[in-house]
Amino acid sequence: MKEKAPLLEMRNITKDFSGNIVLKDVSFSIEPGEILGLVGENGAGKTTLMKILFGMTVIHETGGYGGEILLNGKPVMYSSPLEALDDGIGMVHQEFSLLPGFTATENILLNRESTKYNFVTELFGDRMRTLDRVEMKERAEKAIEKIGVKLDEQTLVSEMPVGHKQFTEIARELEKSNVKLLVLDEPTAVLTESEAEILLHSMRRLSNEGIAIIFISHRLQECKDITDKILVLRDGCIIQEKATSEISVKEIAQAMVGREIKASLRDEARDIHKPLLNIKNLWVDMPGETVRDITLDINEGEILGIGGLAGQGKLGIPNGVMGLYNSGGEVLLKGEPIPLNNPLYALNSKMAFVSEDRREVGLLLDEPIDWNIAFSAMQVQNRFLKPVFGGLVKLRDEKAMEEVADHYIETLEIKCMSSKQKAKELSGGNQQKVCLAKAFTLEPEVLFVSEPTRGIDVGAKKIVLDTLKRYNREKGTTIVIVSSELEELRSISDRIAIVDDGKVVGILPATEPSTAFGLLMLGTVNNGEAAK
Amino acid sequence: MNVVRKIIEKTGWPRLIIGLFLLSLFILAPFVGVKISTSLKDTVVRFGMNGILVLAMVPMIHSGCGLNFGLPLGIIAGLLGGTMAMELGATGPISFFIAILIATPFAVLFGWGYGALLNRVKGGEMMIATYVGFSSVAFMCMMWLLLPYKNPTMVWGYGGTGLRTTISVEGYYLKALSNFLKIEIGGFTFPTGMILFVAFLCFLMWLFLRTKTGTAMTAIGSNPVYAKASGIKIDRIRTISVILSTWLGAVGILIYQQSFGFMQLYMGPFYMAFPAVAAILIGGASINKASILNVVIGAFLFQGILTMTPSVMNSIIQTDMSEVIRIIVSNGMIIYALTRVVKGARK
Repeated sequence: MKEKAPLLEMRNITKDFSGNIVLKDVSFSIEPGEILGLVGENGAGKTTLMKILFGMTVIHETGGYGGEILLNGKPVMYSSPLEALDDGIGMVHQEFSLLPGFTATENILLNRESTKYNFVTELFGDRMRTLDRVEMKERAEKAIEKIGVKLDEQTLVSEMPVGHKQFTEIARELEKSNVKLLVLDEPTAVLTESEAEILLHSMRRLSNEGIAIIFISHRLQECKDITDKILVLRDGCIIQEKATSEISVKEIAQAMVGREIKASLRDEARDIHKPLLNIKNLWVDMPGETVRDITLDINEGEILGIGGLAGQGKLGIPNGVMGLYNSGGEVLLKGEPIPLNNPLYALNSKMAFVSEDRREVGLLLDEPIDWNIAFSAMQVQNRFLKPVFGGLVKLRDEKAMEEVADHYIETLEIKCMSSKQKAKELSGGNQQKVCLAKAFTLEPEVLFVSEPTRGIDVGAKKIVLDTLKRYNREKGTTIVIVSSELEELRSISDRIAIVDDGKVVGILPATEPSTAFGLLMLGTVNNGEAAK
Repeated sequence: MNVVRKIIEKTGWPRLIIGLFLLSLFILAPFVGVKISTSLKDTVVRFGMNGILVLAMVPMIHSGCGLNFGLPLGIIAGLLGGTMAMELGATGPISFFIAILIATPFAVLFGWGYGALLNRVKGGEMMIATYVGFSSVAFMCMMWLLLPYKNPTMVWGYGGTGLRTTISVEGYYLKALSNFLKIEIGGFTFPTGMILFVAFLCFLMWLFLRTKTGTAMTAIGSNPVYAKASGIKIDRIRTISVILSTWLGAVGILIYQQSFGFMQLYMGPFYMAFPAVAAILIGGASINKASILNVVIGAFLFQGILTMTPSVMNSIIQTDMSEVIRIIVSNGMIIYALTRVVKGARK
């Protein structure tokens, strides 16, 4: 026995979902103030492991788990996340669990509000105490300050950009006075690089205060920069557990996917000049991503990257052209005007869109995979329908739907049980592949892809990018890819447009060094700050 | 063990418990002097009478409009069809189909307006629907008095104007469907025509849900934003679903009347929505998912319990409390079913 038990120890954890083993004999420990990086591909079992730690109901409903969890040397078994919270374990979820109609302060202090006495409490007890708004504001400010970010604590969550939502959620965990261990599940996935920097900085500060952190991320460089120890999970087993100083990013990546990763080679510059889609003076009213005045020419057969910092309007462009948000201006496809605010017309004009919001826009979560893939093509192009009763009515052709789904399950390596599995049961990367398959099924001439690799792992990322590239080369599809990850854009695009403050500030060939793009992104941002 | 659990999971505890309860009532019935053939007949007849009213819930659930608490509106369209068919002098079984024919334009018109209203109150459909149902009943209470009906079997005897509260459909479409191909075995009568007609409409709905429009409807209920991004005109599809629901309500009440023998005006349609809502929920539907199987199971279980409990209870306690028990059981089941609503709804 060591002189002092670690803060948290998980021993021989095993877990299966109706026979499907997702965790096998996983053991690790974490000391106070230590930052542990937990990495692995989607579906490797990271999230499940954390769910077990928190005693989430989904674990109990599916038959519990094997192994034991020790907190400060004492075995614990949480039957609900509330008990874990009481013991000082905080968690920031991959999906936001915030109340959109409440302000940041109210969210941060939810159920732990400062209260004042009033006479009604004599009658109805403490639940009737009035909120002490002044003190709440102070507490929220203090929590936000701990992260070291600028955040207006009076903003409604529904009006915040994603990055701020993430900070609000972290602030909520930090506000708890007894927090000893913080689990961050992909906190940087939705942040821009500068925001992620702030977060990493505050993590370091927290660790100095003795708070242990379990950090789950797909951005390996971040893991390398910040963690003390790295744990690599693959297919439910621990593949590697090493001090961060003894391992390189490349080694981590290799351990994760279990195969060699070749640095993707950039193709030589192609000469494409025939314009296909002209966007003139486009404005889009998309909350948090307002497009002010975009003029952009997209050439036939090219891959155009659109980059820029979060909240500057790059996501608004495809959403506006495809008619999902209120917009104005002029869009011409092969010289023909495309009416805005009309998704059907846009789809009929052989344009397709893979949304950045997989769960809300991209998928029918409650429906099977084949529905998700075939639905748009059925509605827009009348495919996957077969006539019955001598052509009197046309019914869904379930067989054809299944065939097309099986085809994409194979070519895109979608991990699932069958084409009848519901979309919500898939992991993030596989859901993204379903979204792509949906767009491919439409056989578009212009394909808009928005944040295709957000929150998915290295392996899936590579498949997604390679597929897009292959599609462009083989079928000549013009692809417009919007992403916050510059390196990703540079690896796949022919040209990259940088959007700032709702306007295009420059278009450069992808072969330009990243600093050139960085300057474009930051140049006007700084000017803007100065103007304020 | 695992197989048993899977079956239970698939059937769902509520249906299992209610099903077992119904079964135990059937087993208990002969011992307390209730004739099994009569109770079976009653259950089948009530199932047929209410089946289409339950089916009327399906389109609106699929399109994400929630449960059709505004069913009275459709019922009113059916009543207009029925009364007008009688007023025009149609008699015999054919008057049933004439009634449906006349009810159709009313159902389409009402459904269109009702749908337009529901499209403006997205998120609060069920609350608004309830009031649409109630207020349309109140409005028609006035209209039944004022509309210039003349047929002496329908109007009040003393004044000569205004429709009666209860009108017999004898000589018109009484048992128009029920007596078609009916089978009699001892005391048990099987209303073949009615059951066939119900099955036929269920089949049509099943087909419809597999067409392009039907698929779009399901997608809207599942995720409206996804549907919009796939180029679906959401308001249009939702309106279609409301019109369909309303029309099925109209046809449903005509089927109900031809078996029951009377049409009930004025406050008659007031509470008709709740049993139908309860039945489909008990059948396993959620607020945005429902299948034909849910309709059949739900209508059968709900109507079965409603028929069996009072008669068995009565025989046990030896006093006539059937009406009281019926009210307690039916409202109890409605409450139970409504508490199940949240489960399966989108987060």
